[in-house]
Amino acid sequence: MDFFGDYTLRVVALGSGVLGAAAGALGSFAYLRRQSLVGDALSHAALPGIAIAFLLTGSKAPLPIMLGAALAGWIATLAVRLVVRRSRVPYDSALGMALAVFFGLGLVLLTWIQKRPDAAQAGLESFLFGQAASLLREDVVAMTILGAACLIVLALLWKEFKLLSFDTEFGESLGRPMRRLDGLFTLLLVVAVVIGLRTVGVVLMSAMVVAPAAAARQLTNRLAPMVIIAAAIGVFSGVTGAVLSSVVPHLPTGPTIVLVLSTVVVVSLVFAPKRGLLWRWIRLGRLQPAAALEPVLMHLYALAQQHPDEPDHGHGLAVLRTMSPVGADLERVLGDLQARGLVNAVGEGLWAPTPIGRREAEKNLDRVVGS
Amino acid sequence: MSPELEILAIAVVTAVAAALPGTYLVLRRTAMVSDAISHAILPGIVVAFFLTQNLNSPLLLVAAAATGVLTVVLIEALIRSRLVPEDASIGIVFPALFSIGVILISRHASDVHLDTDAVLLGELAFAPFQRLTVGGIDLGPTALWSMGTILLINAALIILAWKELKLATVDASLAALLGFHPLVVHYGLMTMVSVTAVGAFDAVGSILVVALMIAPPATAYLLAERLGPMIGLAAVIAAVAATMGWAAAMALDVSIAGSIATACGVVFAVAFLMAPERGLVAQARRRSGQRVDFAVRMLLVHLLHHELTPEAAEECREDGLYRHLGWRESWTRKVVGKAEHRNLIERRAELVLPTDQGRRVADAAVIGFSDS
Repeated sequence: MDFFGDYTLRVVALGSGVLGAAAGALGSFAYLRRQSLVGDALSHAALPGIAIAFLLTGSKAPLPIMLGAALAGWIATLAVRLVVRRSRVPYDSALGMALAVFFGLGLVLLTWIQKRPDAAQAGLESFLFGQAASLLREDVVAMTILGAACLIVLALLWKEFKLLSFDTEFGESLGRPMRRLDGLFTLLLVVAVVIGLRTVGVVLMSAMVVAPAAAARQLTNRLAPMVIIAAAIGVFSGVTGAVLSSVVPHLPTGPTIVLVLSTVVVVSLVFAPKRGLLWRWIRLGRLQPAAALEPVLMHLYALAQQHPDEPDHGHGLAVLRTMSPVGADLERVLGDLQARGLVNAVGEGLWAPTPIGRREAEKNLDRVVGS
Repeated sequence: MSPELEILAIAVVTAVAAALPGTYLVLRRTAMVSDAISHAILPGIVVAFFLTQNLNSPLLLVAAAATGVLTVVLIEALIRSRLVPEDASIGIVFPALFSIGVILISRHASDVHLDTDAVLLGELAFAPFQRLTVGGIDLGPTALWSMGTILLINAALIILAWKELKLATVDASLAALLGFHPLVVHYGLMTMVSVTAVGAFDAVGSILVVALMIAPPATAYLLAERLGPMIGLAAVIAAVAATMGWAAAMALDVSIAGSIATACGVVFAVAFLMAPERGLVAQARRRSGQRVDFAVRMLLVHLLHHELTPEAAEECREDGLYRHLGWRESWTRKVVGKAEHRNLIERRAELVLPTDQGRRVADAAVIGFSDS
């Protein structure tokens, strides 16, 4: 396959890359602000805007359509904010409702348009499911301009958006216009979502916003690296997905990009240094046996204290079992303790601490009492 | 029944069936799970379809519902890992599953009569073509029977587990303490949501499922104060919205599912504006009433303060009040009128004087202030 020779592939990959960068960077902020699902709502809510823009202009030129989509998405978020502020309907219900109702209205308009004897309307559905292959040079140019504008605004207002994501109240106390910044941020997110509709479609756009941020969050604790990593993951997944879907027949671009992204998320969830699940399992595996040993040793020590004159007085499993949590594997724990020379089997099912075990238990006791 | 009426019947039954579990989703703040489930069942449907080659097989329903529950399990595993917040977990899981479904469909496009549009958007207009026939007798559209069954099951489950669902929804910790197993209730509810979403998908599409599960209960939430009436209202609102949407779609010849979703939004918007206690209009009216009440009290305090003093002739003159109170003239006239209407003041010559009742109100207002 000749990447630089294949014109269509180059256009599609470029478009997907631009989309990945913008959605990844802005998605990081949405992720930190617990607004990950706003992308999902926005992309659905854009549909009536697309239909109305087409009705008004009668063309599928990318800019008016994107403008219409952005406007509809923006109105939907305003509606959600109004409902949440002025009623007791919870945020997630308001979001889901805006998503479904706007999408339904879009569907009504779209079916209405499709009845018109007008050839120009064909292809409007590509916004629903995304049709990366139908991307044209002019689409990608529009996407790049909008995406770059988003990233520039993000860079210029970096400190303000950081404040918005981590401590809105503090920002307000500094006299920063936090409500307006919130509105501006939503606008940027709207633009990023609109860029992606043609490429990955309505449903999968939410993954473009959430997944890069989620993967990047596992790799760093700082905002700037997170945003850069998320944008890089977005670009990587966009381009890889586009290339894969052009190499393998019958592999649609949008879903492929999302699966590449999901794979990146799973890998970083498992393998991320420090935070990753793998390290957590290893840590737990190392800690668990030791953690189980100590209480049993202490119980045995406490029992032995009642027979100070007979260091080898054995204590039965049944007693130890009543002292231990239900389901604990007592035999294995005692075996481990014996292997470490802390306890001794003094008869059939009878156990006693060794002198080393007693000293170890006293040390533990000192540590607990002393602290 | 004519096909139009059959469509209406399917729409109403589906709407009510969805509103029942939806009420709990809204109250438990897990409304977006309906969005996730209704999309994520796609791969389950596709795989079951490959196995049975029959879109009406009950296995399809089971497999898809299982995928819905799997979605919830995956989302909660992500949340419990504490590496990803709740909303992001939802946003990661369902697009991944949906993508798998779309890829499966397009890889086997030639031998699958299943298409993504149909799953997402649904086409209620085609629902009457699928008939249920037993022994050669036409019993009506399949969708009506399947959604009717799901409606009955949902209603029965909610009645049987009324106490458990209610307690697990309003106070999960207390429910756990009393041994009600909120986790079992939770997964039971999620199974109900999955089965309903699956049953509805080929008739109305996944987006309408979301609208029907969230909008009518959210509307009822604005109108009802108790769980029982809320569920009842949600069911009625769902049926009304379905009928309105159906009628509009018939008149304009547009997507029925989209039209019903829009009607759900319209009904919610009306309630949001006009709800007797919680609507925007009621809020505005309450606020302006409070504003007048407060002004009347300020007027009375002013009059009481200057009554029987040498300045009374000046301070309590009706045409000078606005200057002393620092109000606009028209507003002052309105407040004086209100106070007189309530028998709190009386006009004597050019003066405005508090009545006995007015004095009591002014006293109470002053004491209220000195208390706070």
